[in-house]
Amino acid sequence: MIRTRGLAYTYASSGVVLRFPDVDLPQGGTLLLRGRSGSGKSTWLALMAGLRGAGSGDLFVAGTQLAAQRGAEIDAWRARSIGFLPQKLYLSSALTVADNLGLVYFAAGLPRDDAAIGRALAQVGIGELAQRLPQQLSGGQAQRVALARAVLLAPEVLLADEPTASLDDEAAADALALLCQSAAACSASLVIATHDQRVVQALAGAQTLDLNQIVPPRLSGMPS
Amino acid sequence: MKNIVKLARLSWRYLWSRPLAAVLNLLVLTLGLAAITLVLLVATQLDDAFERDLNGIDLVVGAKGSPLQLILAGVFHIDAPTGNIPLREVRALQAHPMVAQVIPLSLGDSYRGYRIVGTTPDYVQHYAATLAEGGLWQQPMDAVLGATVARGIVRADRAGEPMVGAAFVGSHGLGGGGHAHGNHPYRVTGVLKPCGCVLDRLILTSTESVWMVHETDMATDAEDLALLQAEREVTVALLRYRTPLAAVSLPRQINSGTSMQAAAPAIEVTRLLRLLGVGADVLRAFGGVLLAVAALSVFIALWNAVRERRADLAMLRMLGAPPGRVAGLVLWEALWLAALASALGLLLGHALAHGLGWALQAQGLLPVSGLVWVPAEAGVPLLAALVAALAALLPAMQAYRTDVADLLGQA
Repeated sequence: MIRTRGLAYTYASSGVVLRFPDVDLPQGGTLLLRGRSGSGKSTWLALMAGLRGAGSGDLFVAGTQLAAQRGAEIDAWRARSIGFLPQKLYLSSALTVADNLGLVYFAAGLPRDDAAIGRALAQVGIGELAQRLPQQLSGGQAQRVALARAVLLAPEVLLADEPTASLDDEAAADALALLCQSAAACSASLVIATHDQRVVQALAGAQTLDLNQIVPPRLSGMPS
Repeated sequence: MKNIVKLARLSWRYLWSRPLAAVLNLLVLTLGLAAITLVLLVATQLDDAFERDLNGIDLVVGAKGSPLQLILAGVFHIDAPTGNIPLREVRALQAHPMVAQVIPLSLGDSYRGYRIVGTTPDYVQHYAATLAEGGLWQQPMDAVLGATVARGIVRADRAGEPMVGAAFVGSHGLGGGGHAHGNHPYRVTGVLKPCGCVLDRLILTSTESVWMVHETDMATDAEDLALLQAEREVTVALLRYRTPLAAVSLPRQINSGTSMQAAAPAIEVTRLLRLLGVGADVLRAFGGVLLAVAALSVFIALWNAVRERRADLAMLRMLGAPPGRVAGLVLWEALWLAALASALGLLLGHALAHGLGWALQAQGLLPVSGLVWVPAEAGVPLLAALVAALAALLPAMQAYRTDVADLLGQA
């Protein structure tokens, strides 16, 4: 679940303040985070993942009030509770597909579970690619690896940033279906940041947070 | 502990994901450490050899000339002597009230490059050497072999045969290649145990043997022989003082009142070590420069690695890895390099020292070996770790400060 109240973020370098609408996303629900480039989608995702501290407001994610957490606690919480599928997939070219998934355990300080890695890869249909290097994969295969990595520890919240960008229609439909299916398999709340109309149409019934509608950013200290 | 093992394993994978950079860094670091290992090994062994061979010798007396040459020839047996001194003057020294002991040494011949030294049993006792087999010389032309000499001869042509009882003929001169004293063969009566001192490299006999060989070879008739016998000489006399006060007056008395020269080993060896020390300092500085280059190279490699791997590191942070663990990856990569370079550097340093020792031994010079371990070498891995850690510090800090939100926000 995600619940925000009066959430705002101030960019330290420019003083720009973003004020986000309140969100109530139940466990297992889906949220479409819409907005043009630069509208604050990535910032909102970073706030949800505890990678940025909110300037003001309350933020509950996966049952945790993030403002009350310290750095190490947030890291541990993120490892347990958040799955992230970034637009750039960030698979390590030095490691095999299986070892890239093994990083999840390393980061979380948990013992590596090879059987779980195998299951996660099989679930996204690439069980046979475990020993390949990322550079030996197609774009679609690499995205599946990143998705398997995101859901490996069965997170409570799955954040996906533009998961269908640069995919053709068929691949985009497949990727979206797999993403929803993976989120459902671990009963995770799913947040998809997108400005892709295909996604908006495919998930027409999903809750939406449209950042294009929020008050335009202003420089703090300037007259409104 | 488990986390450290995981960190080490993962950093090992990252290290070898750029094999060329890893090998080049390893090579530079290894060369620096090998140079330092070589200096440590050689300097320590030379210091030890000097200390051992000089122990208990207060003054060396010989023919006038270079005092350093006198010490090198008379104590370490690695240089030509300055000449001979009259036996009667040495006997006068023996009777001097400030002198506790005089050990005469007569040089001039060699066998297969090993020096034949005419002396008294006091010389053996001075170094507390003991016999491995046989006994000391009892009469002229009996010879006792040092351990290295015996090994060298056995290896050359007497494998499996007993050394005691064997006969050999010395040749004139210390470098070999002189004419053979064929009429006066030596008979081996004993072999010394290795003492780690100069005796290992010498063939010992009585002073009379050396006189006998040369007097009969040089004399043209009986009258000439009698003349030579009346004017007998030795090459060097090693003195031990009865009182420390002797150090103040005795060298001056000898240098000004006799035809001989007195050289204080402590002073000459300090001079020698200063000369050798310049060489060691140069080599040490060279090793230091190599290490500095290695540190710079490792730093650049790690800095670039962190830049290249910024996304990997950010992803680790995204996955929940604390910043310390991410920085630890970079640090471990450097420590892997340090560990590998330490092992290879020590190995290479010992191999070089062994090669150098082999070359020195072939010339009959001081013993240096690559098969020994000196305690200071324990500092080599520590030095490597320090260099690597320093080189990794800034890249690790960069990794620590990876702004994951910024990076993951990039499309």
